Amino acid sequence: MSIKIENLTYVYNPGSPFETKALEDINIEIESGEFIGLIGHTGSGKSTLIQHLNGLIKPTSGKIVINGIDITEKTVKLSDIRRKVGLVFQYPEHQLFEETVYKDIAFGPQNLGLSETEIDQRVREAMELVKLPFDELRDRSPFELSGGQKRRVAIAGVFAMKPEVLVLDEPTSGLDPRTRDEVLDEIKTLHDRYKNTVILVSHSMEDVAKLVDRVIVMHNGKVIFSGTPREVFKETETLESIGLGVPQISYLVKALKKKNINLREDIFTVEEAKEEILKWIRSNKNV
Amino acid sequence: MPEMIDIQDIQFYYKNDMEETTLALKDITITVEPGEFIVIIGHNGSGKSTLAKHMNALLLPTKGEVFVKGFNTKDEAHVWDIRQNAGMVFQNPDNQLVATIVEEDVAFGPENLGVPPVEIRKRVDEALNVVDMSEYRDKAPHLLSGGQKQRIAIAGIIAMRPNCIIFDEPTAMLDPSGRREVIRTIKKLNKEENITIVHITHFMEEAVNADRVIVMGDGQIVLEGKPKEVFSKVEQLKELGLDVPQMTDLTNELIKEGIDLPQDILTVDEMVMELCQLK
Amino acid sequence: MFKDITIGQYYPTGSYVHELDPRTKILATLALIVGLFIINTFVPYIYIVAFILGVVYVSKVPLGYVLKGLKPLRVLILFTFIINVFMSQGDIIWSIGPLNATREGIYKALFMAIRLILLVVGTSILTLTTSPISLTDGIEQLLNPMKKIGVPAHELAMMMTIALRFIPTLLEETEKIMKAQMARGADFESGNVISRAKGLVPLLVPLFISAFRRADELAMAMEARCYRGGENRTKMKELKMDRGDTIALATTALLLVILVVHRTVL
Repeated sequence: MSIKIENLTYVYNPGSPFETKALEDINIEIESGEFIGLIGHTGSGKSTLIQHLNGLIKPTSGKIVINGIDITEKTVKLSDIRRKVGLVFQYPEHQLFEETVYKDIAFGPQNLGLSETEIDQRVREAMELVKLPFDELRDRSPFELSGGQKRRVAIAGVFAMKPEVLVLDEPTSGLDPRTRDEVLDEIKTLHDRYKNTVILVSHSMEDVAKLVDRVIVMHNGKVIFSGTPREVFKETETLESIGLGVPQISYLVKALKKKNINLREDIFTVEEAKEEILKWIRSNKNV
Repeated sequence: MPEMIDIQDIQFYYKNDMEETTLALKDITITVEPGEFIVIIGHNGSGKSTLAKHMNALLLPTKGEVFVKGFNTKDEAHVWDIRQNAGMVFQNPDNQLVATIVEEDVAFGPENLGVPPVEIRKRVDEALNVVDMSEYRDKAPHLLSGGQKQRIAIAGIIAMRPNCIIFDEPTAMLDPSGRREVIRTIKKLNKEENITIVHITHFMEEAVNADRVIVMGDGQIVLEGKPKEVFSKVEQLKELGLDVPQMTDLTNELIKEGIDLPQDILTVDEMVMELCQLK
Repeated sequence: MFKDITIGQYYPTGSYVHELDPRTKILATLALIVGLFIINTFVPYIYIVAFILGVVYVSKVPLGYVLKGLKPLRVLILFTFIINVFMSQGDIIWSIGPLNATREGIYKALFMAIRLILLVVGTSILTLTTSPISLTDGIEQLLNPMKKIGVPAHELAMMMTIALRFIPTLLEETEKIMKAQMARGADFESGNVISRAKGLVPLLVPLFISAFRRADELAMAMEARCYRGGENRTKMKELKMDRGDTIALATTALLLVILVVHRTVL
C-alpha cells in the first residue's frame, strides 16, 4: 500500500476573511510497509494531513495516490478508501458507544460487510493484539473499564478492520508512562505481524524514535525535513526553533562535544549513551 | 502559622456500581507547610487524584482527618472557607470554564464569594495579568488553546485569593507548549506570589523544581523526599510504572557499570560537569 | 469549521441600540409585540414600520441583513396569506374550484401577513443588537422579582449561560465523533429515515456520555470555586439603566400609547 502525496495544498474557508492555508505544497512518498513518524507542533497541519488520507477532507489542490489509485478523483468511493486506510483519532475512547466491548470492536468489521465468523475472528485477534483478555472482557460494558483499557478497546476497534494503512493520531495522549509504553509496543507488534504501513502522529520525539523507520517533520503546513530518526534528531537547533524538543541525550551529546568529549552524534537512547560513554572512559584510561 | 494542609493517617474507600469496595487510599499522612511546592507523583490509579480531592473537601476520608488552614474538612460550616483557601485546578481545561467570555469566567469565583463588583474587577485584571492572558479578556473560551484555557482556569482560582492551590494533573491533556505555559505559571505563582502549591502529575520532569516529592503507588505513599533523593531511586520508580528523566536513568546505568558518579544527577549540565571531572 | 458559528445572529456595531441595557430592549420588544396584537386596522402599521425603520437606522445594522431573517419564513408567510384569502367569509371576487377568494379575505390576509413580518423583524432586531449573554443577564434581572413566587431566576440564567458556553464545544465534539465513526465505516448520509435514525446511535451515545461527564466535572469545578447557588452572589458587571434607556423606554411607551388610542378611540 504505497502512498504518494503530490503538491497537496489545503486552504480553510477560501475566499473569506478567515482564509488559512493549513497545508502548502506537500510532497511525500511512503513505501508499502513503512513505519512513519509524523512530527510537528500543534498547528503544523499534521492532523489536517492525515484526514486527507482516508477521504475525510478533500484537498484544495494536489493529488493523493494510494496504491496506484488517485483518491481525490470524484469517482472514488469513500467506503473503499476507508476499508484500506484506518484512522485512530486522538482520545479514541470518546467514540465508544456499544453495550459490550465485543460489539464496539465489531462495529468496524460489520460496516465492512464481513460474515459473523470473520467478525468474530477479527475481534478476537484485535483484543489479543491490545492485550485485553477476550473471555473476561467481551461482554463487559466499555464504559466500566479503566481509562487505559478504554483506549485499548477503541484502538482495537480500528485494528479489527485490518487496514493496509493505519494512521494513529497521538495514540498515547493522556496515558501514564507504563500504559504509554505498552500501547506503543502493541502498535509495533501489529506492524511486525501484518507488515502494513503505519503512520504515527506525535509530538513526543522519544515515543517515535524507538519505533519508526522514518520521521517526517512538519511546521506551518509544510514538510521541513524527513529522514531516519538518527538523521532528524541531530538537528537539535532546527527542531527547537520550531517548538519541538529532542531527547535529553541528544542535548548531552552536543554539550559534551563543546567540552571536547566526542560521542557518536546520532545517538538518542540511554542504552546507546551508556555504551558511548563507557567507550570514551575506557579509551581515556588507555591514553 | 499552622500547617497549610494537614492530612492525618487517612483511609478512603469507594463503592462502585457493583457494590464492591475498593481501598483507594491507605495510611496517608502528609503535612504541607505554607509556601511549599510539593509534587505528588504516581501512575494512573495510584490514588493521587483521590488524595487531591480530600484537600478541598470534595471528598471526605473514611477514616482519619484532614485539616486545611486549621479547619477540619468534615466541618460543614467551614467548607467554603476551605475551598476559598485551597483552590483547585483540574485536568480537563474545557470542563472548568463556565462563562462565555474569559473575564466573566475569571470573575465567577469572586462573584460566588460575594465580593463587591469594583473589587472583582480589580482582582480579575490582576489575575489575568499574572497568567499573561490580559489581551484575551473578552474572547470566547472555546477559541483558546488547551494551555490558554488552563491559564484562564488558574486565573479564576487566583482571583479568589487562595493561600494554596492544588493542581490535579493540569498538564495531562495538553501538548508540549501548553504544558510549558502551565508549568511556568505554576512556578511563578510559588516563587513570586508565595502561594503554596500541591502539584499532582505523572510526569517526572515536572517534579524537578519541587521542594518535596511524594511518590504514590496503589493508594499508599511509597517514597518521599527532596527531588534528588527520590529521583535517584531509579529501579523503584521504574517498577512503579513511572518515567525517569534520561539523565537520571543514564546515571543509574553508569553507576551499575562501576563508574564513580553521584547518584542524584538530574540535568544535562550536571552530567556534563560530572563527566568532565572524570577525565 | 464549527468554531466559526456565531450563536443567535448577534451583529455587533457598537451603536446606541447595542449599548442599551438588555432589559430595555426586552421590554421594548414585548411592548412591540403587544402593540402588534392590539391594532386592528392598517393605518397604525405606518407608525410601527416607522418605529422599526428608525431603530434599524440607529442600530447601524444593514436593513438587508435584518430582512434576511425573513427568508426561512417565506413559506409560512405565504401559507398564512393563502389560508386567509380563501378561508374568509365575504364578497367573492374570484373562484378556483371549491375555493373562494373574498375581498375581506384579501384584506385579512394582508393584515396577518404584515403582522407576521413585523413580528419577525421586531424580534430579530433584539437578537441582532443584544449578545446572548446580555440577553441572559437581562432575563435574569427581569425575573428576579419573581423569585418570591418561586421562579428560579438565577438557576435558569446559569443554565442558559452554561448552555451557550458549551454549544460551540459540543458542536466541535460532534464533528470529532462523526469523523471517528466515519473512519470506522459508519454512514450518516444514505438510507431511509429509519436506518438513518439507527445510524445516529454511534454519534448520539458517545455525545450524551461525554455531555454527562462534562457536566459532572464542571459541577465539581464550580463547587471548588465556592458556587452555592444564587444567594449572596454578586456580579462583576451590573446592569445599570441610564438616560439612554429612559429615552428608549419613553419612545416605546409613546408608540404603545398611540396604538392603544388608535384602537380604542379611532
